[in-house]
Amino acid sequence: MDNPYLPYPVRIDKIVIETEDRNLKTFRFVFLNPEDEQKFAYTPGQFAELSIAGQGEIPIGIASSPTEKGFVAFTVNKAGKVTTHLHNMKEGDVMGIRGPLGNWYPWERMEGKNVVIVGAGFAFTTLRSSIVYMLEPENRPKFKDITVVYGSRNPGMLLYKDELVEWEKRDDMEMHITVDGTDDPDWKYNVGFVPAITEEKIKSADNAIAIVCGPPIVIRLTQPILLNLGFDPENIILSLENRMKCGIGMCGRCNIGEKFVCKDGPVFSLAQLQQMPQDY
Amino acid sequence: MSTKIFPKDKWVEVLEGLKDSYKVVVPVKEGDYFNFRPLENGTRPNFDFQNTRLSAKSAIYPQSERMFEYSLDSGDSDAFQMKEAEKDYSPQAIVGIRPCDAYAFQLVRRNFDNPDYQDPWWVKKFETTTFVGLGCNDPCATCFCSSAGCGPFDRKGLDVLLHDIGDAYVAKGLTEKGEEFLQKAGGKDAGKEDIKKAEALTRDVVKKMGPGISADKLKDKKATDLYEAPFWEEVAFACINCGTCTYLCPTCWCFDIQDEVQRLDQKGDRLRNWDSCMFPLFTLHASGHNPRSKKHERVRQRFMHKLKYYIDKYDQGIQCVGCGRCVQFCPVNIDIRQVAEKMNSYEG
Repeated sequence: MDNPYLPYPVRIDKIVIETEDRNLKTFRFVFLNPEDEQKFAYTPGQFAELSIAGQGEIPIGIASSPTEKGFVAFTVNKAGKVTTHLHNMKEGDVMGIRGPLGNWYPWERMEGKNVVIVGAGFAFTTLRSSIVYMLEPENRPKFKDITVVYGSRNPGMLLYKDELVEWEKRDDMEMHITVDGTDDPDWKYNVGFVPAITEEKIKSADNAIAIVCGPPIVIRLTQPILLNLGFDPENIILSLENRMKCGIGMCGRCNIGEKFVCKDGPVFSLAQLQQMPQDY
Repeated sequence: MSTKIFPKDKWVEVLEGLKDSYKVVVPVKEGDYFNFRPLENGTRPNFDFQNTRLSAKSAIYPQSERMFEYSLDSGDSDAFQMKEAEKDYSPQAIVGIRPCDAYAFQLVRRNFDNPDYQDPWWVKKFETTTFVGLGCNDPCATCFCSSAGCGPFDRKGLDVLLHDIGDAYVAKGLTEKGEEFLQKAGGKDAGKEDIKKAEALTRDVVKKMGPGISADKLKDKKATDLYEAPFWEEVAFACINCGTCTYLCPTCWCFDIQDEVQRLDQKGDRLRNWDSCMFPLFTLHASGHNPRSKKHERVRQRFMHKLKYYIDKYDQGIQCVGCGRCVQFCPVNIDIRQVAEKMNSYEG
């Protein structure tokens, strides 16, 4: 039988420091065995366990899109033991990836709809995967209007800065970049908290599905704005986090009620969450 | 299926003989209590017990299991890559396991062996084990298996069921594996009188069972209602989060995965160790956030998991076999039957 705990061996191909405070880095991995890339076929919204021998594993959302071939990328925040070790690793180092794990954003349901994406801070990673996926020429026609609101505390803390600027220029999507505050006089984009900018820029819930990813405070404040606008709780999609170990719904750690965030999630609709205990 | 008889004065000989075909695991007296141990030279099996202190779960699911090993020496071509640790899955026979503990493996199996994922170590160990159960003539005051989905002579999860008729064991084969075991054990066919005595045991014991667990209304209650019920702080008041309940429980299975480095720059192992939802670190995020930072939140999780979430997930009853160990050994006398009653009778 397949061993679901066995990671695919990978090599760190590229490391990009995303934020000014150097706490967020994007790691691009290449599979040591080329056939593993096929086995790792994933869908935006999923995550994987990054496995470092001698240290442990961390569950991280996949930041690359399956339309980007030859590598898988993750943006990792330096928070504890394993992430700190990862941050000290170099291009060429070998480690492991287990996955893809979890469920994904409801792509089938989203076809033919307007897609609203609200992201804050470094929860934006799987949203990047989603945006790149939708913008791929063969995918773009499947979705109607794409509107993205993404913000962070200040300009230095934004992820994927070069890509954000490119997306802002496109005419097949609306990209609203915002920061909580800045003392940069040349800042061209919005200044304001993500929930506030969402309220300003999102005008309609008509035929729309909203994906919201961010720290609890942003989710808490954005929910009522979307509900007021007329979004059905079934059409507000969230991605949760929880302490994980096995990632496959067996170790019992990440449960919310009878659901496991690693297996029945991490993607849940607000309607689903309203039926679950508020154990988070 | 056959029914054999094994006189007690020849029983240890039979077990010793079985060592050629199985790794035999038997109950052994250790101090005031009993535990399951492998039958080796010098082991003295002792079947005069009500139940073992620890459940038999470690015979399938060791407290610490080596999953993988790896080299940390950058000179090695396969450094930093996981290699599966060598395992021994030669046939095992657990002899003398109580029906509640055997049934517990059926409940736990749903977690480790499902259509989406199989845990290779748990499943392989389980599949190569023969369960030779011993029916209970004399349940503990704290046993409540009959109201928890099994019973003192219940056959679920067993390959053979032994009946202690005083000077001998009447052994009923229940499965192919059980028949194989009886073949290898030898033993004469049981006579009609002996079989009658064995059957009488299964009837007599019913009068001896203590108070049961009321869980019949839990399926229809809303999980969110029970979760927000006001009695959890009271239930959790005495709890000291020692984790004894989860440690002894045959249906608790939560685990941790830890990398242990033997020699820095040389090698290490990835281990799977028992863990407990009773400990605060269980759900602590790296950010510092802990969804169950308060004691009553952890206590609530344990009872909700056992008595509600498991029902919601599998619709096969509660995740409890009524072995009574938690009732017997909880240092502050928290009784799962009382908690279940509170939940069962709660109107949201």
